[in-house]
Amino acid sequence: MDWLLTPGTTGEKFAVMVVAIVLFVAVMSLILFAVDRPKRVPSWVVALGFVGLPLGFLAFGLLRPAGITLWNSFFNRNTTEFVGVDNYVRAFTEPQFQKVLIVTAAWVILAPLLSTLIGLVYAVLVDRTRFEKLAKALVFIPMAISMVGASIIWKFVYEFRPDQGGIQQIGLLNQVLVWLGLPPQQFLIGQPWNTAFLIVVMIWIQTGFAMTVLSAAIKAIPDDITEAARLDGLQGTQMFRYITVPSIRPALVVVLTTIAMATLKAFDIVRTMTGGQFGTQVVANEFYTQAFRQNNQGLAAALAVMLFVLVIPIIAYNVRQMRMAEEIR
Amino acid sequence: MTRRTTASRRRSLAAVAGGASLALLLAACGDPDGEGGVAEPDDMGGDMESSIDCAAYDEFGDLEGTTVNIYTSIVEPEQQTQEDSYDAFEECTGVEVVYEGSREFEAQLLVRIQAGNAPDIAYLPQPGLLNTIVSDYPDAIVPAPDATVANVDEFFSETWKDYGTVDGTFYSAPLGANAKSFVWYSPSMFADAGYEVPQTWTEMLDLTETIASEQETLPWCVGVESGDATGWAGTDWIEDVVLRTAGPDVYEQWYTHEIPFNDPQIVEAFDAAGEILKNPDYVNAGLGGVDSIATTPWTDAGFPILDGNCWMHRAANFYQTQWPSGTEVSESGDVFAFYLPTDQTDVKPVLGGGEFVAAFDERPEVQAFQTYLSSADWANEKALATPEGGWVSANTGLDPANLQTEFDQLAYETISDEAAVVAFDASDLMPGEVGAGTFWTGIVNWVTGSSTQEVVDRIENSWP
Repeated sequence: MDWLLTPGTTGEKFAVMVVAIVLFVAVMSLILFAVDRPKRVPSWVVALGFVGLPLGFLAFGLLRPAGITLWNSFFNRNTTEFVGVDNYVRAFTEPQFQKVLIVTAAWVILAPLLSTLIGLVYAVLVDRTRFEKLAKALVFIPMAISMVGASIIWKFVYEFRPDQGGIQQIGLLNQVLVWLGLPPQQFLIGQPWNTAFLIVVMIWIQTGFAMTVLSAAIKAIPDDITEAARLDGLQGTQMFRYITVPSIRPALVVVLTTIAMATLKAFDIVRTMTGGQFGTQVVANEFYTQAFRQNNQGLAAALAVMLFVLVIPIIAYNVRQMRMAEEIR
Repeated sequence: MTRRTTASRRRSLAAVAGGASLALLLAACGDPDGEGGVAEPDDMGGDMESSIDCAAYDEFGDLEGTTVNIYTSIVEPEQQTQEDSYDAFEECTGVEVVYEGSREFEAQLLVRIQAGNAPDIAYLPQPGLLNTIVSDYPDAIVPAPDATVANVDEFFSETWKDYGTVDGTFYSAPLGANAKSFVWYSPSMFADAGYEVPQTWTEMLDLTETIASEQETLPWCVGVESGDATGWAGTDWIEDVVLRTAGPDVYEQWYTHEIPFNDPQIVEAFDAAGEILKNPDYVNAGLGGVDSIATTPWTDAGFPILDGNCWMHRAANFYQTQWPSGTEVSESGDVFAFYLPTDQTDVKPVLGGGEFVAAFDERPEVQAFQTYLSSADWANEKALATPEGGWVSANTGLDPANLQTEFDQLAYETISDEAAVVAFDASDLMPGEVGAGTFWTGIVNWVTGSSTQEVVDRIENSWP
């Protein structure tokens, strides 16, 4: 039966193919034959038949590794010795990791708020104008660029060359500075502003997403509400404050939380642009560094668990808001 | 007989006519030019390869049709020269060598070992990684076979053998060697300005001062950016200076942690390096201020020399392959290098490095290939297969005449010099947390503003 597992010749391969087809037909006919047999099937059997397999895959591919990660986070660097919560203590007390947590917090606060705000204002401004489609497309395009691609583009924008004879600037931003008569800057080195310059990349990518979702929500505001408000004398910013924003609140929450989760996982931008140097390290990249560079499996698992725990409240909030929105309806 | 026929496939006629023993004789002593009947003038994988002695692999049995997988961090352009150098072995034994190079090698190798998918052979760029593998995955790695050990005893010094030994067991034979104590410069720029190549550290500092005061451009260009390995090029600088200010003995105590990382002698070395690296009058020529050291890729850091913007760039022998194509590397060409000088008179320290061959399988073809890589035959094949240069070996069986460039011969002379004390790259010998972690980031912090004391204290605290 060796040829079944490692077919060598063309003939053997054909034989294996025939065996596979016969097996498939046999299994299928068995299922089809069995399906019509019992007249009354309890509904849990049907449910199990449909969701059983996906649930099994989820348990094997998602829950099991999550469990292993959690388990490993209580062990030392090569998971041979139980160390209790030492890894977590380290992550919260060592200045190096505290810095990582602070930078991550800056990301999670700034990126969702700013990209949602910019996306919302932009959506309101271009709503029902002549250039709406073009204007939206322009902001949406960055969404289609991969994080690494966007990071490389922005790395060029920030690129630094000294202001010396015979040296040409190749970074857009520094060229502008030089044209204005200012000295070129090392955007990616100066702390803490370098983190802000990295967050700009995330905002650049996510604003398009925020704008698209919010724009759709704005269009869904019933005309009678806006008309009634207008008759009551609301205009401009008041309209925005009292009508638009409350009407699209569920959409705002979804956008904010989605971007917050994407930001927590921000890894590509930091890795591509600074490699976590110059005080720009975030939890997701630190986790990679610990797991694959430093080969410290325990600490890496602890960081991964922390990342997961940080996402939980955001998801919980999201789910709660959706429930409330449904109840109102 | 089957294998012998394969061995000299291209000269099978001769083998058949002269009988097996004659073929063997030809193979062993064959003068490449005498076999000129094969019309492949420039191809080093051509008639040259049969010049190795295939009998060395008889003890491994018939290997025809087997495969050996290699996993390594050596990628293009050096990958091609590696593969070419295996031709002779493949012709001899009929083994197919499958080469896989990856820039993510250091991270992925451990993942592959964990997953039970280890390659047959991996080229480890650091002895520290060998230690990690032996202590974390003792079942995965296998010791070197006897034939390889015999080769290493014959062709390598005791020190090199020690780097491949963990707890008394010899695992990894050295592959290539690096000589890192070089300063690249433009011979024509030096000649036009009337500068001499400095012979001592003091002379080099004087020259630096002279250039800084006489010339429009700054004397030194430096860059340590290297993706997530950013900083390593800076650790080489520090190590070279430790060897020169504190000496090889302290150097050894330093990487074995007999003295702490923040020992005053190490602080002194950092500060001596800082006289150049952290002096805005001396760096960073054509690249920016002192902090631009951290963002300039090590691969590009020497290029300002070609534009006349920079005078000196300290980098290893393998920087030779980084110069843009068309750059002539010779004493009369565009760029060349001089030995990073020292004020010491008794020793001539050379900072070195290298790759080591680790095996994860005991199949005879794997062991045969390990043996080939540790032989003088391979070192000579590799030298011949590297026409662009940028490669040397610590293998004493290597005939320097086979090295293809003027600079490679200089590099070989430098490491095989009687007075030379070749010290292995300390960051590669330190534990990974330091040598591939805080030492790297420490360098980045150091050139972007942290004081020496802050940096060495932090590195010392991270020592496991």
